[in-house]
Amino acid sequence: MVIAWSRWLPLVAPLALLLALALLPAVLSPYLMDLTVKILISAIFALSLQLLVGTTGLVSLGHAAFLGIGAYVTVLASPQGEGASLWWLLPAAMAGAAAYALFVGALSLRTRGVYFIMVTLAFAQMAYFVFHDTRLGGGSDGIYLYVRPVLRLGDTTLLDLENKRQVYGLVLASLAFTWGLLALLLRSRFGHALQGIRVNEARMRAVGFRTYGYKLAAFVIAGALAGLAGALFAIQDGVVNPELLSWHESGAVLLMIILGGLGPLRGAIVGAVAFTLLKELFASEGLVGPLAAHWQMTLGFTIIAFVALLPRGIVGIRLRRGAA
Amino acid sequence: MSVVVEAKRLSRTFGGLAAVDAVSLDLRLGEVHAVIGTNGAGKSTLVNLLSGELPLTSGEIRFGDDDITGWSQPRRARAGIGRSYQRTTIFDSFSVLENCRLSAQAALQRPWQVWQSAQRCAGSREVAAQALQAAGLADRADRIAGTLSHGQKRQLEIAMCLATKPRVLLLDEPLAGMGAEETERMLALLQSLKAGHAILLIEHDMDAVFRIADRITVMVNGAVIASDAPQRIREHPQVVTAYLGEAHS
Amino acid sequence: MTVANAPLVEIDGLHAGYGDSRVLHGVSFTLPAGSALGLLGRNGMGKTTLIRTLMGYLRPTAGRVRWQGRDVTGWPPERIARLGVGYVPEGRGIFPNLSVRENLLMAARASADGQWPWPMERVLETFPRLGERLAHGGQQLSGGEQQMLAIGRALMTSPQLLILDEATEGLAPLVVAEIWRVIAQIRAGGISTLIVDRNVRRVLEHADQAVVLEKGRIVCAAASSTLADDPAALARWLGV
Repeated sequence: MVIAWSRWLPLVAPLALLLALALLPAVLSPYLMDLTVKILISAIFALSLQLLVGTTGLVSLGHAAFLGIGAYVTVLASPQGEGASLWWLLPAAMAGAAAYALFVGALSLRTRGVYFIMVTLAFAQMAYFVFHDTRLGGGSDGIYLYVRPVLRLGDTTLLDLENKRQVYGLVLASLAFTWGLLALLLRSRFGHALQGIRVNEARMRAVGFRTYGYKLAAFVIAGALAGLAGALFAIQDGVVNPELLSWHESGAVLLMIILGGLGPLRGAIVGAVAFTLLKELFASEGLVGPLAAHWQMTLGFTIIAFVALLPRGIVGIRLRRGAA
Repeated sequence: MSVVVEAKRLSRTFGGLAAVDAVSLDLRLGEVHAVIGTNGAGKSTLVNLLSGELPLTSGEIRFGDDDITGWSQPRRARAGIGRSYQRTTIFDSFSVLENCRLSAQAALQRPWQVWQSAQRCAGSREVAAQALQAAGLADRADRIAGTLSHGQKRQLEIAMCLATKPRVLLLDEPLAGMGAEETERMLALLQSLKAGHAILLIEHDMDAVFRIADRITVMVNGAVIASDAPQRIREHPQVVTAYLGEAHS
Repeated sequence: MTVANAPLVEIDGLHAGYGDSRVLHGVSFTLPAGSALGLLGRNGMGKTTLIRTLMGYLRPTAGRVRWQGRDVTGWPPERIARLGVGYVPEGRGIFPNLSVRENLLMAARASADGQWPWPMERVLETFPRLGERLAHGGQQLSGGEQQMLAIGRALMTSPQLLILDEATEGLAPLVVAEIWRVIAQIRAGGISTLIVDRNVRRVLEHADQAVVLEKGRIVCAAASSTLADDPAALARWLGV
């Protein structure tokens, strides 16, 4: 019985969680539902970075660029008067992010280690300033998404994203899609090759893998998924601004996966949940009183403590029951 | 015996310094060609030039009918040139089997077939099992590579090399840090590999070299000073001087 | 807590390696004060590992290192150096960003009993070329000059034992001859030396006894004169 459990757990646990999340809107207040949607989108964003950092070993400090581009494409491509069709809008947002990822990746993957980190940061800053300083994205104020997109099949409206519950449904479905895709990739030859690159790239080349191509593919996929998260942010908030591409966002998502645990997919999800909840916790006066104004400090200390005490992240905590 | 790899006047210079200076040698099927030399002779650099990790400053390398001078390392590896490293270069956190399976995967990558599970990939698993069997690690397939003893890790180095089904083996000090028993096992393994491969062996252990090498090339300061059958190398005056200092009177 | 009449250095049953690899398998020898020991052996046989273990860069897995009878096994390199060991490493290890004067002065100190047998003047007298280049940066020196600087720097720490690891490697014959001349001078001054060098004949000329390492074990330990008269042994262990 015990053996059967451990084999099926990796499949049953996520499905159970999915079911629970699907039923959640029935009991949540509008504020909490908003927060949950935000966490779910952050989880998608964190999962996309996990592919890069935890799987392939490519530490990027510029991942928010793809989040932001996905968001901006969503808003810029939406017509003013009516809702754009989700059929092409979501893929377009992902494609836009993927295109920039291809460009950045092609150039920065020629570098390694610390230089790679700096180059990805530089490219993200470049994108940030394009949206911040030019009229393309409405400058530092950002731009509004006047009418949210819709999903239509023939004459029937499948999804009307002015409805908060339906946004929730879309985001949950996207998270399930992202998780499923990454789980499949990690299980495949491609995913195993990426992990080999993380553990020992020299050996991978010595046995015949053209590692540059694999790294670039991972970079582009990660960028596309970050673009998906960005599109969902735009749909949820109805507004985008350049801060989505800032290094603060890039740093935050990196912190999320470090907090949750580098490597396993659930680490990204746990990290996104923990990080967002901690932020909410430390910023709410009702819970921490006067410290709320200094939430960045308390959050900072907490993260330092977590990282020092749990070097493998939250998912690295082993629950020992008797024999190991 | 057919010549599999022909290296002509390979040179590699850094600034003004020649790490490898116009070195020519060839590797033949069924033969172990040992390269020995004093400290800093350029032996490891030579292996890096042959494997493709370092580009040549000048010279030419032929592999069979192809001129592989400009080929990248992965390309040479897929063509049949495998190498082991002086410092153990394995996937520490993966199982022994996965180490070999991943190496074998290089030959049948097909990365776009993402719906297929890597662990169940019959092709790579089979080749990996064969390689482990040949290297004597079959009974340790499920152990995590990082937990193996030093000698076993060196065996795994060779197994991973074999999993790519190479014709040429470039072995950089495979016996480094091994005790007597492990050395024996490794030598037996190398002897068994002779038949189907052309082997380049860098080693310091003279007993081992003389037991297994069919030809020996001696390098000093980046250049070849002698290349001949083992017994004749022993008596070669320049070699004696290189190792012992000026000739005794 | 030095023991009277104890040898300067005693290596007893040393086992050492890197990670799981074992390089030294039970090495033992003694170096009496005021004498010179030649450490011979082909590459990869453990000479550098032995020196690194003696100097404290590597922790032995078994065995003891004793200095004047005192157990110093596992002491960090700084403490070993302060006992009076001057290390001239393979590759010289001079500081390219410091001037010659700075390289010499940086670790200069008196001996354990307050003596300065090798003050700057004496070092510069021994190595006149360094005197001409006091203000030059380390990286501007030729190989031979760097080697002299490395030896000079070690001498300025007033050592009782000087370890020379491949001090003539890659140098022109004239420079090599000069270095051996200096080594003889240092020996004459009473400093014990441990010499590793490729030139077997020279090592045997400049050492009282010699020890040969083969695959991490001592296969031969004798007075230099004895070894010098046994070309067969030399060819066996050091030749090809």
